[in-house]
Amino acid sequence: MSQNKLKWHDRKTSKYLGKNVPRVDGPEKVSGHAKYTYDIILPGMLYGKFLRSPYANAQVKSIDVSKAKNMPGVHAVISDIATQARFAGQEIAAVAAESEEIARDAINAIEIEWDVQPHSVETLIAMRRPDRVSEQRGQTAGGDPNNFWSQCAAVVEGEYYAPVREHLSLETHGVVARWDGPDRATVWVSTQAVHGVAGDLSGAFRIPAENITIICEHMGGGFGSKFSAGTEGLYAMRLARMTNRPVKMMLERYEEQVASGNGPDCFMKCKAGMTADGKLLAIDAEIYGTSGNSRSYNIPFPYIYSVPNTRVKIFAVPTNTGGARALRAPMHPNASFLMETVLDELIAKLNLDPVEVRIANQGSDVRANQLRLGAEKIGWDRRNKTPGQSKERFQRGIGCAVSTWGGGGGRGSECNVRIGRDGNVYAGIGTQDLGTGTRTLVAAIVAEELSIPISKVKADIGRSSLPNSGGSGGSVTAASVSPAVKSAAYEAAQQLLQTASTILGVPPNDLEFKDGQIRSKSDPSKSVSFENACARLPANGISVTGGFVAGLQRGGVAGAQFVEVEVDTWTGHVQPIKVVAVQDCGYWLNKLTAESQIIGGVIQGLSMALFEDRKMDEPTGRMLNPNMETYKVLGALEVPEIEPILFETHEQVAGIGEPVVIPTAAALGNAVYNATGVRIRTLPITPKRWFDALETKR
Amino acid sequence: MSENSKDSKSKKLSRRQFLGTAGSAIAATTLSGSILSGAVCASKHKESTGAQSPDAQGSVEVSLKVNGKSQTLRVQPRVTLLDTLRERLSLTGSKRICDRGNCGGCTVLLDGKPIYACMMLAVDAQNKEITTIEGLATPQNLTELQKQFVEKDALMCGFCTPGFVMACHAALKANPNATREEIKQACRGNICRCGTFNRVFEAAYAIAKPKT
Repeated sequence: MSQNKLKWHDRKTSKYLGKNVPRVDGPEKVSGHAKYTYDIILPGMLYGKFLRSPYANAQVKSIDVSKAKNMPGVHAVISDIATQARFAGQEIAAVAAESEEIARDAINAIEIEWDVQPHSVETLIAMRRPDRVSEQRGQTAGGDPNNFWSQCAAVVEGEYYAPVREHLSLETHGVVARWDGPDRATVWVSTQAVHGVAGDLSGAFRIPAENITIICEHMGGGFGSKFSAGTEGLYAMRLARMTNRPVKMMLERYEEQVASGNGPDCFMKCKAGMTADGKLLAIDAEIYGTSGNSRSYNIPFPYIYSVPNTRVKIFAVPTNTGGARALRAPMHPNASFLMETVLDELIAKLNLDPVEVRIANQGSDVRANQLRLGAEKIGWDRRNKTPGQSKERFQRGIGCAVSTWGGGGGRGSECNVRIGRDGNVYAGIGTQDLGTGTRTLVAAIVAEELSIPISKVKADIGRSSLPNSGGSGGSVTAASVSPAVKSAAYEAAQQLLQTASTILGVPPNDLEFKDGQIRSKSDPSKSVSFENACARLPANGISVTGGFVAGLQRGGVAGAQFVEVEVDTWTGHVQPIKVVAVQDCGYWLNKLTAESQIIGGVIQGLSMALFEDRKMDEPTGRMLNPNMETYKVLGALEVPEIEPILFETHEQVAGIGEPVVIPTAAALGNAVYNATGVRIRTLPITPKRWFDALETKR
Repeated sequence: MSENSKDSKSKKLSRRQFLGTAGSAIAATTLSGSILSGAVCASKHKESTGAQSPDAQGSVEVSLKVNGKSQTLRVQPRVTLLDTLRERLSLTGSKRICDRGNCGGCTVLLDGKPIYACMMLAVDAQNKEITTIEGLATPQNLTELQKQFVEKDALMCGFCTPGFVMACHAALKANPNATREEIKQACRGNICRCGTFNRVFEAAYAIAKPKT
């Protein structure tokens, strides 16, 4: 069979693929033995620390590091990182010392004279200044929306806002850097891209990429913020070179929150109209958001809906804040919140069925079926036909929203599968496991192909010295990695069948792998155990490298989510009750971890809806909540029942890490409206916002 | 960590420098709500052992009983129990995430009760039985609770997981008949960013004994 005809195993007869496969690294993780970058401790290791600008816009007039340099235990000081700070938190100087405490003391001992300049940190203030705003490419379709309002049966007009959110990875960004020679280094990095970081550092220090080994066995969350070596990577390397000792530089929590990326906000002025039969006719929108100092900004709007007469203007609002980085499905949750809220308002005005109107205004049969399935699962008929009809204190309601994503794989991944004479099987690929279960799917694919226990397969990932694989972003990892693993395992299996053929005297095409045996399909009594077949291999066993096979993956996934909430109308507290998440994912490799992705995405979406809000302080230019106490996220008590539904549309692998986070916040907002008749156009939906919106309604 | 490797630079700590160090220890302690307890603890031990005088780095001798093993080491009075466990004793299963008592990633047992190791100074943890995640089990010999965590996929990136395991472990030890709601309550001091809560509850509930 040629590689192009490779197919995934039928789930009806498979042992691992498509089944519930517990993580192969689960035991290490639940026992605290898994070593993350943060956990690396090397002999003679120093601790690196940054001095960060306390000002949002300021120039360094002079810097005096003499006191820091002379402190006992301080080994190196760097004072030339930047002379101009563009946000409060920007790296200015760095030290390496024998303990973290000493490093902090040294940072505090650095004296800087600043020339403090005017700043602007709040999007909603900065956007009013034309000199700061820069127009981006927007969207247009059909005619001027203003010509169509008279043809609409319902028109809504309003202002909507979703704030800057943070990745809040639990393991902060950081590295442990060790030079092994003048042009060789080993660097432990908490990263989503071991090969990418090797490239970054190779370029920055002008040494061959193969001389740098990036190691990331386990990493504590990235969500789009951990692709590059980062400032911490560059300066840990420099400090390590200066001191000739390994340097550990893990960001502290406040540093993580001010300087390691965020997801931009979106402020929208919008007017939209719908015909009496529930068709979107026209939309006119202006959207503003900040990506930090950058003059670029984008948001997909009007999201998945086709509106015949569209004018969307998009504006970047540069501010003196930390730079944006991709945040799980970049800007899709924002776009979904804006568009689905507007849409829901129009539907409510016409008293139509939100599910049917959504189906009618988009073009995907898959999504239409998902909406119908989700409606059935949540009990759509239970929703309030008149929003806010209840007179009780606790009022329940249901809302929905939809998503789109790519999630297909890409070329460039290679996997090395080896079968040893001792029966040990190895699969090596330079990808990384963000917590999505990549290591487990590598092992599962090989175990399935050879019909051996998964415990017999050593899945080796998380090092740049392994065969090439891309960064884990865009939900492409499963769909990029799995074809390479599958094709390598398939070729290795074919080679082992040759050996078994000699042993059994049966042609290879009559042989199959079955429960640890290789046996004849026509005469199952002719068989040899996997181990015995391996024992007849040449001394160096089998080693095969496989690459991408387009036919094993496919992108383009749709999703639909339904959220039920209960609102305490005495306190304004919104409690999620149940979420049904229907996600198109093609051929799911591991049901257990695929469902965990969905559950986790929903939880992050609920967290966005109810809590997350980066607060900047315009007078001081600083972030007010750079900690986990005041940058709130969803916790144990707010978590509802979540029903993940894997919606199979084809037999090819597609990624789902990002799409599952997209529609939740919008669906929750729509549920709050259905429960109480109160429409909230600003996230997060706090008790205060609910009461404010109630006042407006009155 | 080699603390004295740079002889040329190490100086004798002046009284003023030591006071400065002690001052920051006190400032850190106020966050945990036990003002001055670090200082009180330190002075108490000074009399009994005579080994509490700070060295050039301002470090004092601290005796900790961790996972059944008593160990003596020198740390600065301002160093938290968490950082001592992680960076000095290489017990890195307890994670430093928020470093101010918000997330539960550093949960350890102190005389059997779950505490945040980032909110206690090492000097305050003397004369107590400290149990870290490493003290529960090895990967080859997991507890029933940990096996359920793996089985139910109650972890993703796994960074918060040791903290959740410790919180659930303590809750089930205190109340083997815990209800779902009680397990939820036991996890309210822990944050997971990947979103594993539901499956954590399932894992813990799976080994809770039914109420008789």
